[in-house]
Amino acid sequence: MIEIKNLAKIYHTAHQDIVALDDVSLSINRGEIFGIIGLSGAGKSTLIRCINMLEKPTQGSIIVDGQDITALKQKELRAARQKIGIIFQQFNLLSSRTVFDNIMFPLEIAQVPAKAARDRVNQLLEMVGLVDKAKVYPDQLSGGQKQRVGIARALANDPKILLSDEATSALDPQTTRSILKLLKDINQQLNLTILLITHDMNVIKQICDRVAVINNSRIEEVGDVLSIFSNPGTPTSQSFIKAIINKDDPEEYKHDLLKEHGSKFSKLIRVSFIGASAGDPIISAMIKRFDVDANILHGNIDRVKDVPFGHLTLELIGSREGVHQSMQFLQNNGLDIEVL
Amino acid sequence: MMMYAFGLTANTVLNTFWAENSWIAEKLLTATWETMYMVLISTALSYLLGLPLGVILVTTEAGHVLENKWVNYILGVIVNATRSIPFIIFLILVIPFTRLVVGTPIGTVASMVPLTLAAIPFVARMVETSLKEIHWGLIEAAVSMGANAWQVISKVLIPEAMPSIILGVAITTINLVGYSAMAGIVGGGGLGTLAYYYGYQRYEDLIMWATVIVLILFVQCIQIAGDGMAARIINKRR
Repeated sequence: MIEIKNLAKIYHTAHQDIVALDDVSLSINRGEIFGIIGLSGAGKSTLIRCINMLEKPTQGSIIVDGQDITALKQKELRAARQKIGIIFQQFNLLSSRTVFDNIMFPLEIAQVPAKAARDRVNQLLEMVGLVDKAKVYPDQLSGGQKQRVGIARALANDPKILLSDEATSALDPQTTRSILKLLKDINQQLNLTILLITHDMNVIKQICDRVAVINNSRIEEVGDVLSIFSNPGTPTSQSFIKAIINKDDPEEYKHDLLKEHGSKFSKLIRVSFIGASAGDPIISAMIKRFDVDANILHGNIDRVKDVPFGHLTLELIGSREGVHQSMQFLQNNGLDIEVL
Repeated sequence: MMMYAFGLTANTVLNTFWAENSWIAEKLLTATWETMYMVLISTALSYLLGLPLGVILVTTEAGHVLENKWVNYILGVIVNATRSIPFIIFLILVIPFTRLVVGTPIGTVASMVPLTLAAIPFVARMVETSLKEIHWGLIEAAVSMGANAWQVISKVLIPEAMPSIILGVAITTINLVGYSAMAGIVGGGGLGTLAYYYGYQRYEDLIMWATVIVLILFVQCIQIAGDGMAARIINKRR
């Protein structure tokens, strides 16, 4: 649906050239929710702004539904933009218009006949659950309600793709969840391709199908959300994932562990699991089979799109033999083991 | 009895005062009407040209919807040049033009020519300031929906800046009240002429003070009206 090829953006200033995007290539499929995650200054904002040509790329091409956006004349570009919806972090609603008229705005731009436009606005108000706020001005709305208006406005002209520029970054966690759910519903109902940028791995985790990690103006990693979560390949993705998976610090209990059990052998390990194995009673099977004790010190289970993943920090106590066999057993069952 | 006598005397004094000075009231009324009409029409005409000029000044800036370096630069220079000339000198400079348009440089209608011309660049800068207060994200949002320059101007810039533009109209009108008094000194009519002929040349203090009071009231009314209208729009949007 979106084909980005060798995209580069260089800002020329009086003193130096600043590279904002460096040879970025991405391919986004029809109907998927694709996330781009990066720290501020990584280039994600420039990237999303290139897709509707708010920023003119220095090099490369962007093909949206078969049409090269970078090669269009002004008039064609305006027509193409009507089919690329966008929502913003700061909502950007017109304070001079009611909710109804804000959603009407893109329809006026596209010169949709008034009657058809009003019907469409009513339909959209229903879709985002704001029928009762039609006559209210944006200043009277909460952040979440404002973003719902933003979403309705972005969908008014039946866009081929929806861009989301940090759309939940100004919202509290609960509102963020409800907005993300709305985006997911829209994605499924309309089979709408959504491209979002964020600095929050939670957003990626909750709704994205695939994710690209951008750092220092380059795409470092692209993949399935689940595979990036289970196996982050770069320090950037690792630090993003660490930020949301609350891993423990083994130093907190490491030094008192060994002396407590005197003669018995013990080992501190962290077991990471993903997918089905999280549901199986592997730990209890191990305890019975190898006659070891497992002291659970820390644990965390999370879900990425219905697939459970997480980690447990265990102290295994028993004979030297038993502990080693236990670790082997866990590995054989597809778990990842890290000795701390 | 005493009270009655006092009342009678006071009444007589008042009657005499009115008989001696009623011509002032008449003059004052005519002059106020002239000033009002001169100032309000000049304000309206100056917005007719100054508003588009202000819009062009903003939208031709780098990165804006009608980006054009040269138009922006040249208009900027013209506006600044016009605004550098003190009004009293400007009045005299444009006399040939006034004569061409109105046929005479004297009178209220003739005064409207320099008043309007001087106000246009002022209005342009006021409008420019108002439009620049708008959050850039709103303009970008409209552009990203495929709006053309005219749609951005008519659906975003002007409506969003309306309260601020209205306050600018009040400031412009009040400025023109002051300018109209200067025009009055060179025969432009209105309160300025009245104060100058009677107050300055004939030492009629009463006329001088009456004029000042009328001007104060006039300016107050304009400001209250402007504030009121701007507040009404802002409150509606809240």
